[in-house]
Amino acid sequence: MEMTQTSSDLLFLFAACCGLLIIATLVGEVLQARLHKTRANLTVETYLTRVHSWWGMVFLFSIALLVGPVGIITLFAFCSLAALREFLTLTTKTNADHWSLIASFYLILPFQYVLIWWGEVGLFSTLIPIYAFLLLPILSVLRGGEGADKNFLARISETQWGLMICVFCASYIPALVTLDIPNYGDRAPLLIAYLVFVIQMSDLMEYFTGRRFGRRKVAPAVSPKTREGIACGAAFAAALGLLLTWMTPFSPLASIAMAVMAYLVGVGGSLVLAAIKSDRGIKNWGHLIPGQGGFVDQLDSVVFAAPVFFHVTRYYYGG
Amino acid sequence: MRRFAASIVGQLLIFVGQFITAARADWRGIEPVPRQRIYYANHSSNADLPLIWTVLPAAIRRNTRAVAAADYWLKNKLRAFIGRDVFHGVLIDRRAEHRTDDPIAKIVQALDDGSSIIIFPEGGRNRTEDPLMPFKAGLYNIAQQRPEVDLVPCWIDNIAHIMPTGEVIPVPLACTVTFGAPIHVGETEQKDAFLSRASDALLDLIPSRGQA
Repeated sequence: MEMTQTSSDLLFLFAACCGLLIIATLVGEVLQARLHKTRANLTVETYLTRVHSWWGMVFLFSIALLVGPVGIITLFAFCSLAALREFLTLTTKTNADHWSLIASFYLILPFQYVLIWWGEVGLFSTLIPIYAFLLLPILSVLRGGEGADKNFLARISETQWGLMICVFCASYIPALVTLDIPNYGDRAPLLIAYLVFVIQMSDLMEYFTGRRFGRRKVAPAVSPKTREGIACGAAFAAALGLLLTWMTPFSPLASIAMAVMAYLVGVGGSLVLAAIKSDRGIKNWGHLIPGQGGFVDQLDSVVFAAPVFFHVTRYYYGG
Repeated sequence: MRRFAASIVGQLLIFVGQFITAARADWRGIEPVPRQRIYYANHSSNADLPLIWTVLPAAIRRNTRAVAAADYWLKNKLRAFIGRDVFHGVLIDRRAEHRTDDPIAKIVQALDDGSSIIIFPEGGRNRTEDPLMPFKAGLYNIAQQRPEVDLVPCWIDNIAHIMPTGEVIPVPLACTVTFGAPIHVGETEQKDAFLSRASDALLDLIPSRGQA
């Protein structure tokens, strides 16, 4: 089979991620062997569980990207399903919302991804913000029943918010493959890898530096993130943006700007979702990814950044 | 053949349950070990029994029988198959005038055979706004006859939203079954005192979630 440039680039990225993970795994195993039988090595155990989850995610994500648009769209459709389930589990709802919840899961979610598969930008960017926004409350009010007006605004808003974050925003990640960028050819899957890689790595950087040097918390009520940590994360995002320019249709400077923008929007997203968690009195959104919590925990920053990244790219680079 | 079919249907139910609700057990007050126990749970939906059954580890599940309503589970052949062969139901008729044997004796017999049991002490599905209806005396009578067996409270969360009474299509929301610390009936404890203590132990397991 002849290998395209895009596939070989993706395989290169995959190998690079495996390299990083091998180092991470070795460090963890060595630490664990040293600490064995001495002090509590719960931190190391947690760290290793996380690394194992990372292995899984890297493999799944790489396979999906190599399969092409169908693979990546299917993968994210399932991620959306898991995320929406986590989100709507915690929202305000009554029996009167049964139809609108059914419609959210079984109609709107799959249809959004079908529209992305068809590449209908005009439709997939309006399905949830316009049609679902207007139609679901109608379903809830028509369904009626006893106490159907109780907390009505809170119920319809929270359902809509779940759809926006877990379906609409998340679907913009695979939507990047539908972008038709001149002189970029079929390299769009690389743009997805770029977005996810830059944000996740800079988040990790922010986490470690914030733990070490962080002083001034940006949102002390909900999150341990500090200005110092975020500054380091942004600097790291800039460096990665420059280093990974080859993956993108951007110029080196533009790539730095895009990486920093995506990272900062992502930080905002993870703060917003942390505030929701804190209000609902939970630590994690779910339990499906060992060591990391739920899908919403894993995707929080990327889903916030994806629509902005998509529309900015489309505005400046789209054909 | 029948047993084989039952185990296939059982696995299928587990798969569907896991896929739709990502059902999970939270063993908060007790370890999941194969000891004889009476699991008692809140009841608001027909999906309650399959759900508890799904989250129990296979080794425990194999030796666990559900106390279920004969008037519901024997209505047609499919239900009878699922109730008897899949859930190993101890089937009790809720209509006293139709009973031919003593329900408590039947349940105690199941315990004496070495099985653990799952029971819904509210005696039917809860359609009220309250989290629990008052418990029926059955739990007390069983606990008194076999005081050495652990009574484990199990709170099933969110199931009322997944499939409200009368609905057919389930909403795939996450569902957690929380297992609390076991209780026992005191030697001189009166029925009402015990039932309200058992009910409180179950209510204590409701996850706090900001507002309702």
